[in-house]
Amino acid sequence: MRTSWLIAVFVVLLAVVPTARFSGYHLFQMTMVVVYAVAILGLAILTGINGQISLGHGAFYAIGAYTTAILMNSWDVPYWLTLPISALVCAGVGFLVGLPALRLGGLYLALTTFALAVAIPQILKHKLFEDWTGGVQGLVIDKPDAPFGLPLNTDQWLYLFTLGVAVVLYIFAINLTSGRIGRAMRAVRDHAVAAEAMGINLAMLKTRTFAVSAMYTGVAGSLGAIAVAFVAPDSFSVFLSITFFVGLVAGGAASIGGTIVGAVFIEFVPNLADKVSKAAPGAVYGVILIAMMFLMPQGAGGFLHGLWRRVVRLGGK
Amino acid sequence: MPPVDDQPLLRITGVKMRFGGVVALGGVSFDVARGQIRGLIGPNGSGKTTLFNCISGIYRFMEGDILFEGKSLANVPRHEMANIGLGRTFQNVALFRPLSVRDNILVGAHHLAKSGFIANALRLPSVRREDAAAQKRLDDLLDLLDLRGVAETPAGALPFGTQKRVELARALIGDPKLLLLDEPAAGLNHSEVDDLAVMIERVRSHFGCSVLLVEHHMNLVMRVSDKVAALEFGLKIADGTPDEVRAEPEVIRAYLGEPDPELKH
Ligand SMILES: Nc1ncnc2c1ncn2[C@@H]1O[C@H](COP(=O)(O)OP(=O)(O)O)[C@@H](O)[C@H]1O
Ligand SMILES: [Mg+2]
Repeated sequence: MRTSWLIAVFVVLLAVVPTARFSGYHLFQMTMVVVYAVAILGLAILTGINGQISLGHGAFYAIGAYTTAILMNSWDVPYWLTLPISALVCAGVGFLVGLPALRLGGLYLALTTFALAVAIPQILKHKLFEDWTGGVQGLVIDKPDAPFGLPLNTDQWLYLFTLGVAVVLYIFAINLTSGRIGRAMRAVRDHAVAAEAMGINLAMLKTRTFAVSAMYTGVAGSLGAIAVAFVAPDSFSVFLSITFFVGLVAGGAASIGGTIVGAVFIEFVPNLADKVSKAAPGAVYGVILIAMMFLMPQGAGGFLHGLWRRVVRLGGK
Repeated sequence: MPPVDDQPLLRITGVKMRFGGVVALGGVSFDVARGQIRGLIGPNGSGKTTLFNCISGIYRFMEGDILFEGKSLANVPRHEMANIGLGRTFQNVALFRPLSVRDNILVGAHHLAKSGFIANALRLPSVRREDAAAQKRLDDLLDLLDLRGVAETPAGALPFGTQKRVELARALIGDPKLLLLDEPAAGLNHSEVDDLAVMIERVRSHFGCSVLLVEHHMNLVMRVSDKVAALEFGLKIADGTPDEVRAEPEVIRAYLGEPDPELKH
């Protein structure tokens, strides 16, 4: 109970402080942190909790982003209404990708998803879909204004909207992964034969988990597209998928709270590296990543969890 | 329906299983009656685990049949076994190592609940009800198997003997009609084996389930079983009460022929 109050206070602070005090660009960065957190949350459900490795989640992010952009551009669907549609589309694609994943263990699944991520930018550029996707140029979409005459500028409204959607998605994810289904997901990850003997239908559980995971990352893509107000194939290169994977591991794979740390990492560390060395930001990024793995081998999630337990123990005395 | 009561809970008839050229089971038959503790002994490699895996669908037997409550298990999907009343433990312990003892045991109750992804994400009242029911069963088992003190510990961090109790609890929470135990005494010391014997009898009286007990450890099997079957090289060489099986020349030969002194009781 005390934990949920603390989290509620944290969320309120997260809503109020940046909105009131941050400039446009910093607020945009915060919006992207929230977007990436949701994307990594999708990956955490699949890879961290269910043990199905995906190196291609950028593909679902791209599909979500394009679904929103195309709906807004070609059909004038309001931005908020594109989210549930994008969720359904991405869940459907995730389910389909999850089917062959049943036959592919561990590293082979990683490679297959990687192939998907490699293919996506080219599919998006393809002539066949150019009328919808805008080809290499991509699509520009309108930034939404605050509704109901709220005294907020576009950046402020976008931040709050994104945060609100994310909070709802996090609550669903916490519910899902902390009960019967979440236990089953972890059981399958840790010992599939035993999990099956306990009555868990592996095929059903894994494909549905894949669908949920793709849905989360896809909705993140939609939120990202709305925030950036632009989609183009080259924003969704394989590097995006690897970046999500980095965020996942940095945050601690199976930790829900860690996904936020992972998102902060992938949003800010590249900038930081760029500031440290204009000549070789990649090298600096690599060093920071390695240092982090040494200092927090369980990822930030494991580290924070340990810290939290120590605080609780001290507080209990 | 009186015929149903005469029917054995489990009937194994002429089950054969080969791995390449190795005949692991060469046509094995025996019954497990309702409420019975049935021992299954035999030297290493005699096919005991293979038979277990044939019952629970991990291997698909090639000939013969296995009937559970009169219905063939030949084509029952593996994830349905718990649902129809088959619970099991594994010879080398198959726990979900990073999960707490509590969560490990609760996974065993998975098939008792029906709520799906959406109900869980929304934490609907039906999910809460199911959770409360599982918690109650869990509470009983933590006491019965003396696991309350380690309920929050990751299963992989526990001593082997405790892990075996966790596995037993995980099988029992699913309310099985037949409990398959594969070498529960392996790796336990003398006093732990004594505790285990008491535990197995308590499990039957408390849960009313039958037990098929595969064991290397002659003492334990002979002590708790109502009837015992003995396997050697995938064939049944004896079947009867513990005393009858103990006196069987074939059994004595099979066991004395083994170098492991633990096997001669
Ligand atoms: N998956 C398998 N692949 C090949 N051979 C196997 C397999 N499982 C069991 N066997 C063989 O079947 C025989 C019976 O093994 P097992 O059932 O494990 O014996 P027990 O449990 O009585 O010690 C052994 O010869 C073993 O090598
Ligand atoms: Mg064995």
